Amino acid sequence: MIWETYAFAKNIHLYRHGGLNLVYDVNSGSLHLLDAKSYRWLEDMIKSGAENRAAAGGDLTAAERGEITREFDQLAREGTLFSPEAELPPPYPETETPLLKAVCLHLAHDCDLACRYCFAGTGAFGGERGLMPLATGKRALDFALARGGARATLEADFFGGEPLLNTAVMRALVAYGRDAAAALGKRINFTLTTNALRLDDDLLEWLDLEKIGLVLSIDGRPAVHDRMRPLRGGGGSYAAVLPAVLNVARRRAAASPYALGAYYYARGTYTRYNTDFDRDVLHLADLGVGRLSVEPVVGGGGLALREEDLPALYASYDRLGEAYLAYAADGRPFSFFHFNAGLDAGPCLPKRLKGCGAGLEYAAVAPNGDIYPCHQFVGRSEWRMGSVYDEPAPPPPEIARQFAGAHINAKKACQSCWCRFVCGGGCHAANVDMAGDLREVYDLGCRLQRKRFEVAAYIRAREALAGSAA
Amino acid sequence: MNKHIQTIIKGNLSAAAPQGGCGACQASCQSACKTSCTVGNQVCVK
Repeated sequence: MIWETYAFAKNIHLYRHGGLNLVYDVNSGSLHLLDAKSYRWLEDMIKSGAENRAAAGGDLTAAERGEITREFDQLAREGTLFSPEAELPPPYPETETPLLKAVCLHLAHDCDLACRYCFAGTGAFGGERGLMPLATGKRALDFALARGGARATLEADFFGGEPLLNTAVMRALVAYGRDAAAALGKRINFTLTTNALRLDDDLLEWLDLEKIGLVLSIDGRPAVHDRMRPLRGGGGSYAAVLPAVLNVARRRAAASPYALGAYYYARGTYTRYNTDFDRDVLHLADLGVGRLSVEPVVGGGGLALREEDLPALYASYDRLGEAYLAYAADGRPFSFFHFNAGLDAGPCLPKRLKGCGAGLEYAAVAPNGDIYPCHQFVGRSEWRMGSVYDEPAPPPPEIARQFAGAHINAKKACQSCWCRFVCGGGCHAANVDMAGDLREVYDLGCRLQRKRFEVAAYIRAREALAGSAA
Repeated sequence: MNKHIQTIIKGNLSAAAPQGGCGACQASCQSACKTSCTVGNQVCVK
């Protein structure tokens, strides 16, 4: 029997949530619901250690042991429980130049808000405030299309600071990019990340026409939002941005929850001042905003999340999971980005091994044309990877090799973590900022990630049970 | 029908491992989060 020698801790995750006994099989991505007896036996085996596993489940009858053994064996044969660890080659072979699939264009290193948790220093990224010239934006798109090689699609996000401080350049770049991509037999999927302050009807018409995905920043309840996201001149921004957010939510009510096509997400940040962030999610859901992503602040000085905040944050995810199910049952469903666990149609294992692709498949371009591994690294000179004005176009520098080597098989903490194929090793920038190295992990972020996935898988199980009962 | 265990999701993650994946999927962080990488919650676009 496979469990006599199986490495349980890293390859399955057994847990109880909301009255259900669940086991997640890491290497296959399968999820099973256990009854109390099979759960207890498996729990006992995991706790026993290899030498004592034969004695596990001693309180079961011989008949029960036989039944459960047969079911475990059957699932093991199917490859959905106790599945073997796949042989995974390095995700980025040294002999290959990775093809770029996504670029983040920093249209403005300036902002009309002064958010307290802004990693970009209220837009300036530690440097001078300024806008990206059209010529630089064109060079950036040309660079990204060229570095995409045979890839058919490029994703290009307009980012800042606040990109709508540079709207004319954004519109011109969409027109330019469409033509430049078509000339190469490619296409560009554009997205816009904005604080929604300047998102008027005219602009929304154009964004819909161009099928541009939208990520709109709003934190939730008015007091929470206004505390963190003040206007540059003082005063809260909630009342100023809410109409545009609601307008988008109405226009794009049927948008993909998986961020495909002309989608939208209302994207908030929670800090240690709103560890009850589930109330912020539900505030927006109650207003009819159906695509929601509220996420933990990274860094943030005095706003930063701490170890002692975890119980409240876990409770918030627990409540949100139940509310998610209750709203759906009540005919008012909403999607929460981190509960989209990709359990049925998620990405393949090689993608999960690669992680986010920063520095390799993803790059950010500053207003002056400087290239960085991702938007989080912009403005940090030690992470500069060249310029879109370099002639000839720069090959991936040594920094790219560092990112190529920072995959989950190279991270000690990930090697033994059951959640490694969910996060792909986490955010590189957070790992550098909070743990000091690309190959280390931001432990508090990991713990929140594991909690989110537990709730997401629980939701999927509850949905399956409701479906089978219907 | 099993008596003790009910399968909710029958996964097959390792199937694509030998081929190395097609790479057509989105960049992980670009789509909605921009800070908290969650690779597993994307969809395979194939």
